[in-house]
Amino acid sequence: MATATARLKMTKSVRLQRAILPYIYLLPAFIVMSIITFYPLIYQVILSFTNFETRHLLLGMASPELDNVGVRNYIDIITGGLPVQNFEFFRVLVYNIWWAISNVAVHVPAGVLIAVLLNVKGLWFKQIYRAIYILPVVIPPIVVATVWRNIFDEQYGAMNQFLTVVTGLFGSDEPVGIRWLFEYKPPISWLLPTGALPLAYYAMMIANFWLGWPFMTLVATGALQSIPNDLYEAASIDGASSSQQFWGITVPLLRPAMVPAAIYGFTLSFNLFNFVYFMTGGGPARSTEILVTFAFDLVRNLRLYGVAAAFAVIVFFVALTVFLITNRITRATESYLEA
Amino acid sequence: MISTVQTPKKKNFIVRFFTMNTSGESSGRELPLWRQLVLQLLVLIIVAEVMFPIMYVITLSFSSKSQRPSSLELFPKELSLVAYKQVLDRPTANPVTFVELLRNSFVLSVGVGLVALFVAVSAAYAFSRFKFRLRQVLMILVFIPLLMPAIGLATPLFLLMNSLRVFDCGNGIIAVEPFLSCASTGKLLFNLRDSLLGVGIAMISGALPFAVWNLKGYLDTIPEELEEAAAIDGANPNQVFFKIVLPLAAPQLAVTFFLGFIGHWQEFAMPWLFLTKPQSYTLAMTLYNMTGQYANAIPWNRFAAMAIIVAAPVAVIYIALQKQIVSGLTLGGVKG
Repeated sequence: MATATARLKMTKSVRLQRAILPYIYLLPAFIVMSIITFYPLIYQVILSFTNFETRHLLLGMASPELDNVGVRNYIDIITGGLPVQNFEFFRVLVYNIWWAISNVAVHVPAGVLIAVLLNVKGLWFKQIYRAIYILPVVIPPIVVATVWRNIFDEQYGAMNQFLTVVTGLFGSDEPVGIRWLFEYKPPISWLLPTGALPLAYYAMMIANFWLGWPFMTLVATGALQSIPNDLYEAASIDGASSSQQFWGITVPLLRPAMVPAAIYGFTLSFNLFNFVYFMTGGGPARSTEILVTFAFDLVRNLRLYGVAAAFAVIVFFVALTVFLITNRITRATESYLEA
Repeated sequence: MISTVQTPKKKNFIVRFFTMNTSGESSGRELPLWRQLVLQLLVLIIVAEVMFPIMYVITLSFSSKSQRPSSLELFPKELSLVAYKQVLDRPTANPVTFVELLRNSFVLSVGVGLVALFVAVSAAYAFSRFKFRLRQVLMILVFIPLLMPAIGLATPLFLLMNSLRVFDCGNGIIAVEPFLSCASTGKLLFNLRDSLLGVGIAMISGALPFAVWNLKGYLDTIPEELEEAAAIDGANPNQVFFKIVLPLAAPQLAVTFFLGFIGHWQEFAMPWLFLTKPQSYTLAMTLYNMTGQYANAIPWNRFAAMAIIVAAPVAVIYIALQKQIVSGLTLGGVKG
């Protein structure tokens, strides 16, 4: 009798232990995150309703000069009421989306084509080419961005020197001096409705192309290997040309691998802080600014902390929207796969 | 067991990339010579595109000329180590040595990586293996910061850490703001915001949710049979975690650590925002200082040497661990 109750008690305590055990395992992470992630998140929302600036730094939230300005920061950001030159929210937002889409739109096809090229049976020196093509993936983007920044230097940069060599072949002996990163006049003035793209955008596209396609080639090569050879043999017996084979077999079978890679690339380009900051810093005149670089500028150089907090909240909702859309696309392709 | 977990058959890109069948013997046709030559030309053009900036920066770094390049050079004419030596002796105009910069970068990358990993692993285990009432809610809580770009929390972290300061009030009294402040103005001893510790905390704030999410994704793929067997043999949940799960997960923990290291090594935004003392600068910050319109005094051969030095550890880790890193990336399913 006594032993039975003792056993009952023990199982009870074991059960209790079982119930709280997961929370004990979660405790360290949640204590740390409460202090350094969740608390700052809440503080950020509170800050976004104030006019916190440099002069409040000393006393912080206790400063008597600090005002609750309601949603004025949000309205100022969206309507362009900030004391910041050359900043219009929707222009930056459209540019940012365009920047991410145009990058992916170039990287994915190039990556796939190069993967197909490298996959041609009987091509000589494949291993060497593969090792070389991997190099851009291995080099840190901050280094890539600084090197390309110098390549696009208007006076000493390798790009202008290269173009000088090329034009020299056509009989011109004038040195090329294109102001890649500082020329304000856009080469194609009608491209985006909210403001044309400066030359720096094209320079950054070139540099980011160098950085971006090898990853896509890597993904596409992996997917190409899983396409059974019989499919191509059957198709060629049936008389399909190689371009028919490409569009009818290769492209549809690459899609399941390339869609997630493209979405990954989109998210990455959308928030490509280091690369943009190192290459142009958003210039000239904020024309290559993306949301994250402007958010950083607000807190580091402009020091409008209240506005910066409001801007970060807006960026959060933009990121949430992007996530919901891309997540939907991924889901849709998954169900396409199952069907 | 571990090896099967480590190298999933699905999507192991780099491995496939290097080991795929290149003999081309399965199909009977030989590639005609003219096609081979056309393709070789195409492939070589791509090689030139890839090698252009790499050769450019290597050539610059081995040059002893401190003037800027006046014409395009893509092959080193000399193998001078002057630029490397100058960078190692005196990397910037600031009073800071290369060893200090290297140490700061290493302390930040390693420290943030290790702390995030150790704090995250037990939480990831709880999410992966236990069913409990608040599971969904807490997982969404971990996911919310992941949506935020890394810069998103910069403002509140900056202000909160800036308010934590240590003052020497004189007479041997030390005051820690915001909890205590000196009666009169004291001497500022320490500002959490302007320290590597503060930057590290800010970086952990971004890295921790990632680590939890990544490790959960990985732990989900470890079969539960071993743990069940151990439980039947009388092991309690803690023993299962420490004696079975942790050893099994060790390779992935290492991969997560190195992935984190690669990311933190390049971390620029937080240090650039927080740090003002040259002694606590990192290599990434120094590299930024060496380019652009404000770096007119810096010879480009020194910049090139610095770029190669900053790139070296990341490239070495990538090449040494390419197999594990790629499988880790695909398993975690989130950005690295």
